[in-house]
Amino acid sequence: MRFLSARLSAKRRSPLAGVVVLLMGLLFTGGVSATLSSAVATDDLASDQALVDQGRQLFLVGCASCHGRNAEGVVTQDGDSQYGPSLVGVGAAAVDFQVATGRMPMANPSAQAPRKPAVYNEEETRALSAYVASLGPGPSIPTSEQYDPASIPDDEREESLVRGGEFFRTNCTACHNFDGSGGALPGGKYAPTLNGVDAKHIYEAMLTGPQQMPVFSDDVLKPEEKRDVIAYVKSLEENPGYGGFSMGALGPVSEGLFGWLIGIGGLVGFAVWIAAHTAKSEKRKKA
Amino acid sequence: MSSIQTNGKTAATATKPSKAGAAATWVDDRVGIAGAAKKNIRKVFPDHWSFMLGEIALWSFVILLLSGVFLTLWFKPSMAEVIYDGSYEQYRGLHMSEAYASTLEISFDVRGGLLMRQIHHWAAQLFIAAMFVHLLRVFFTGAFRKPRELNWVIGSLLLLLGILEGFTGYSLPDDLLSGTGLRIADGIMKSSPVIGTYLSFFLFGGEFPGDVIIPRLYAIHILLLPGLLLALIGAHMMLLVYHKHTQWPGPGRTEQNVVGYPMMPVYAAKAGGFFFIVFGVTALMGALLSINPVWKYGPYNPAEVTAGSQPDWYMGFNEGLMRIMPAWEYEIGGFTLPLSVFLPAALLPVVLLSVVMFYPFIEQWITGDKREHHLLQRPREAPNRTAFMVALMTFYGLLWAAGGNDILAVVFRLDLNQITYFMRVAVVVGPVLAFIIARRWAISLQRHDQEKLLHGYETGVIMRSPDGEYTERHLPISEAEAFTITARDREEVPALTSGEDVNGVPAPTARKDRLRARLQHFWYADNVQKPTRAELEAARHHAQHELEVHAGEEHAADGHQFDGRHDIHGEELRKH
Ligand code: HEC
Ligand code: HEC
Ligand code: HEM
Repeated sequence: MRFLSARLSAKRRSPLAGVVVLLMGLLFTGGVSATLSSAVATDDLASDQALVDQGRQLFLVGCASCHGRNAEGVVTQDGDSQYGPSLVGVGAAAVDFQVATGRMPMANPSAQAPRKPAVYNEEETRALSAYVASLGPGPSIPTSEQYDPASIPDDEREESLVRGGEFFRTNCTACHNFDGSGGALPGGKYAPTLNGVDAKHIYEAMLTGPQQMPVFSDDVLKPEEKRDVIAYVKSLEENPGYGGFSMGALGPVSEGLFGWLIGIGGLVGFAVWIAAHTAKSEKRKKA
Repeated sequence: MSSIQTNGKTAATATKPSKAGAAATWVDDRVGIAGAAKKNIRKVFPDHWSFMLGEIALWSFVILLLSGVFLTLWFKPSMAEVIYDGSYEQYRGLHMSEAYASTLEISFDVRGGLLMRQIHHWAAQLFIAAMFVHLLRVFFTGAFRKPRELNWVIGSLLLLLGILEGFTGYSLPDDLLSGTGLRIADGIMKSSPVIGTYLSFFLFGGEFPGDVIIPRLYAIHILLLPGLLLALIGAHMMLLVYHKHTQWPGPGRTEQNVVGYPMMPVYAAKAGGFFFIVFGVTALMGALLSINPVWKYGPYNPAEVTAGSQPDWYMGFNEGLMRIMPAWEYEIGGFTLPLSVFLPAALLPVVLLSVVMFYPFIEQWITGDKREHHLLQRPREAPNRTAFMVALMTFYGLLWAAGGNDILAVVFRLDLNQITYFMRVAVVVGPVLAFIIARRWAISLQRHDQEKLLHGYETGVIMRSPDGEYTERHLPISEAEAFTITARDREEVPALTSGEDVNGVPAPTARKDRLRARLQHFWYADNVQKPTRAELEAARHHAQHELEVHAGEEHAADGHQFDGRHDIHGEELRKH
């Protein structure tokens, strides 16, 4: 929890402080998740030596330039920052999330690695995950019973939804918006939209806390609670647009914009139209 | 009714009255309504689209009253905690306030409830927006000048009350955004020196949020403010009828008359029709566009906050000010002075409103113009006034944008911090630039008018002289247009005074006089004065001469129909 608040408070400081906190946080994440996941059952991926070897080959070609030949991280020449952090102990879940959502391999250095079409197929992603998992213990890829809302028994579904909504509004909306449509963070960073994100990746995001996002370890948010959150997020997606077109679900700003453009714009248009159609103008036409 | 229209010379013959007629006579005998109605039915309203902007506000207010009454039938203004058991699945079993639960009920379990909620909310946004555009039209045309200053002040009060009405309404459902908004209002109150805490505790009946604020806001929202609004709108309309509406200058229109259509039937039909249009647009928006989806925000919980927390647009400038304000906080003798909240959120809005409200008197003081005005001015005819409002609009608009900085950052992939730095500079520099540009622009338009008066308008007909020179033909503008353009007064540009009498003794009010003289000079000095009669006549003479010179020339190209040598009736090259 202390870690979580440290990450959150970065929002209120200068952007530079944010970077420092981020870097410290990234180092810290390794440590925290390493200790946490020592409790987790053995990673079956890492025990498949053939897969690990295949992953290492892929890693050397696609990732080593930034993360180092042994995934130890590469520090820039001036020593202040990194091309890529060490991946020892980040776990298979982090790799699966980063690679399957297309964030890694990072294409060009920017404030934040954006989501893009995945470069590696499922098999290769598994191999990369296995390789990184073999470097040190870390959170493993969740199973579908863990993340899939469909695995919630029917009689508990409603309760789960309500609970998930509470967790979501308490922990996630500050960055991701009430409808999961995303929000801005300092320094050009942003929390992306959650609409259309795979349940598995939502779970992994909570588990590994990519970049500015805090880690919601299993102590903070139990696996069932993570699944509840996912159920709620998915239910928002399935909601019909009760009120009509949501205008981006960005809150009152887009409402005001539409009120002025369509509402007042349209009404002033009508006023011009009415004033132009008078007895007078008809007379003028006849004259 | 026929008996009403007698000219008074012949006795009205009693015909057998119809039932309705009899009823009308019965009422008339007792309250004398016919006399008043006769006078008002014959009231004349000039016709211009910009005169209908106030009507948008009026009709949206009517829609607000109607839809608001519907909502009161189900809304429960109570902060008592209940367990939700309605049809919105995601919240069933959740603890929430009765206010929030009843809002969900209206949205999901009352037939037509969501539509009504959305109509009500859209109408509120349109109401205030319409007041703004109405205010702008009154301002830019100088319609606030004597004798209408009082109606302008009433208008400004309506604006303030409208915004408060909107804010109290926004706070009622007790959803996450309304609670966050109240929390900010609480913070703003507490930021005021000395009285802050008392004020907050008084309003919330103790520490925020307490459990009385929503019932209290409810009383204010459905009783106090609508009552005041209604009374002030009544006064606004009565003054309007009493002063009569202003009109644009034109042939036959003077400071003494009003040219337009009588209240009955033309104007009433138009106004009545416009009501249905406003209602139609609001209903369409209510049906198609989602507004304030409280079920997505969730019940208010002080521990929660969401990205996209913004007030409705009319509080956006305030939000923007707070977002870009540097964190100035000082401690004086053990008391914290949170200037970063007090200045932008409490002081500046009051200053802004006061400037708007007292503007007619400020302008009057500068120009010393105490005459009555019933003819409107075009924005270009008062460059400083126009530029002042453009500067205010720029300031307001930039703050609006700053209030949505996070949305701008997300939608346009910008850096949140850089938006803030940019806005801090822009809100100071932008209005100054806007003032200069608008002022020069207006003066250029004055020059253009002058050009048209003295040299005619550009016909688009290019003439080639025998020695190869190309020129464009100018033709005199119509009498009516010339009349309209010259309807304004010539202004005396005052000399700068030193505020001293001939003996060099400064008058007791010397400083004030000097300031005023300087302002007055700035106000008028750069304006282009309309031509004198002699100048106009000379120009006319010149134009006549031109026409004679060119008489008899042959033309083959399009445009020759405008050479002024034959009837141009029905000819058209370009509209003018
Ligand atoms: C262009 C340089 C670059 C390349 C190439 C690259 N990465 Fe990264 N990677 C980064 C940077 C910088 C970060 C840290 C910031 C971030 O997450 O965006 C990162 C972060 C990560 C993380 C998250 C670490 C954590 O603490 O959760 C993982 C996992 C990862 N990379 C895996 C990979 C894999 C696997 C590849 C190869 C397919 C790869 N990266 C290729 C630069 C790179
Ligand atoms: C401090 C702000 C913050 C909070 C709180 C936060 N996130 Fe995030 N989240 C982020 C950022 C920043 C990213 C982008 C990371 C990246 O691109 O690598 C992100 C990414 C994600 C993604 C990946 C989306 C994609 O496009 O692949 C998911 C899913 C996600 N978050 C879910 C959650 C959930 C669920 C919660 C609540 C339990 C949550 N986040 C809380 C900031 C936050
Ligand atoms: C509840 C909100 C308001 C309503 C319902 C309303 C309604 C109207 C209507 C119907 C008219 C006549 C038509 C027109 O000129 O547009 C009018 C005129 C006028 N209004 Fe308003 N108005 C409102 C707010 C304001 C505001 C905010 C101001 C300025 C601060 C203002 C100042 C004036 C003035 C000075 C006139 C006289 C204009 C003239 O005669 O040319 N009003 N109002």
